[in-house]
Amino acid sequence: MLHLPAHHHAGHEANAPLLFPEYKTTRLRSPKNDLILVPQRLGEITGPVFGDADIAKGENDMTHANGGEAQGQRIIVHGRVLDSAGKPIPDTLIEVWQANAGGRYRHKMDSWPAPLDPHFNGVARCLTDKQGHYEFTTIKPGAYPWGNHHNAWRPAHIHFSLFGQAFTQRLVTQMYFPDDPFFFQDPIYNSVPEAARERMISTFDYDHTRDNWAVGFKFDIVLRGQDATPFEDPEGH
Amino acid sequence: MIDTQNPDAPRYPVLAKSQDQVPFGVTPSQTVGPYVHIGLFPTWENSGDAVPEDAPGRIDVSFNVIDGAGQPIGDAMIETWQADAAGRFNSPTDPRGAAEATPAGFRSLARVFADESGTIVVHTVKPGALPAEDGAVEAPHINVGLFARGMLERLYTRLYFPEDTDAHASDPVLSAVPEADRPKLIAEKTDRGYHLTIHVQNTEGRETPFFAL
Repeated sequence: MLHLPAHHHAGHEANAPLLFPEYKTTRLRSPKNDLILVPQRLGEITGPVFGDADIAKGENDMTHANGGEAQGQRIIVHGRVLDSAGKPIPDTLIEVWQANAGGRYRHKMDSWPAPLDPHFNGVARCLTDKQGHYEFTTIKPGAYPWGNHHNAWRPAHIHFSLFGQAFTQRLVTQMYFPDDPFFFQDPIYNSVPEAARERMISTFDYDHTRDNWAVGFKFDIVLRGQDATPFEDPEGH
Repeated sequence: MIDTQNPDAPRYPVLAKSQDQVPFGVTPSQTVGPYVHIGLFPTWENSGDAVPEDAPGRIDVSFNVIDGAGQPIGDAMIETWQADAAGRFNSPTDPRGAAEATPAGFRSLARVFADESGTIVVHTVKPGALPAEDGAVEAPHINVGLFARGMLERLYTRLYFPEDTDAHASDPVLSAVPEADRPKLIAEKTDRGYHLTIHVQNTEGRETPFFAL
């Protein structure tokens, strides 16, 4: 008989509610009904795994594009991807995207009047190594205004997408920078329960700052693990 | 100063240390935002093809994604995850051990962005049934992860197939869904495959059931 390892329903203390009215777009894009809690079975504990063949050389560097160097503060973002037991997650794909130094995305829907940088596309990918470590080089993104409320500005951030090793570990999040002045009015950052918010703020990393080259930031990412409390069948099966 | 209740000028207490100064814990989810296409669209060629174009048994599985005002969500993204026809995943974390999924090139995973009408099409094969704990069997289904601006985390639902009525009756996940809501997870047959409309929010009884894991 099939034995499935018990790893269930962990990590929800860190998640925002589906409806967070101050972030106005959630109002029509959040289910009214409660989510139905189900145990994890084969399709939930399996997941895609990627390898070096999936990443081309240079994909972990956003600072060069179209024959030139991007404007702005060059930074190195690095860290580890771990499960909730602290175990490294190797060979997981990390996809990142972000605005340029002036806060503008290379996206047809972004039309606020900050200039595009011809040498910055704002997209990178990397894989974690055997110890779960990743690193990419980019430009520190700028803050930018958005239409959520009067004088609304997003704190500077980098979007992160990770698969982990199981369907349940899939995570899309945003990495923020320490001492950002815009946290106080941002409903996306503040949608997360207070105890978990600061897990999204990277740490300035002088040890990883490269002499005469780039400023270091460290950002560890913790995915739901396989060590959580077993799901209890309400019918006692 | 602190006013978290006024949606026109929200103000929050600022804690704002950094992750090194707070206890270890799972990283929270955040929305993919409106510019997700630049980051996740170019990742791999033909990302909507879970199988190659000439694969035997290839079908179209299409979705429409509708918001609480009845409008299509034109910036939705769906990722599907599924077994092959024999119930095997293209995944090294399958506890049954490694086995090659078929047909050749089957990758279990697909990722597609909606067009302006909120329509998403995945090219794949119909999955097989899956063994579950205690001798139970899961009916053929596709895991559907839904992302969009305005969603603070992925929404997870499932697509089942209309011809598998007997298997649905004993499927452990469908059994956890209120009976009246089960048909909302069952796709309709189309000329080229199957179609499911996902109502993210609906107050008139059409809302799609979503799952927590």
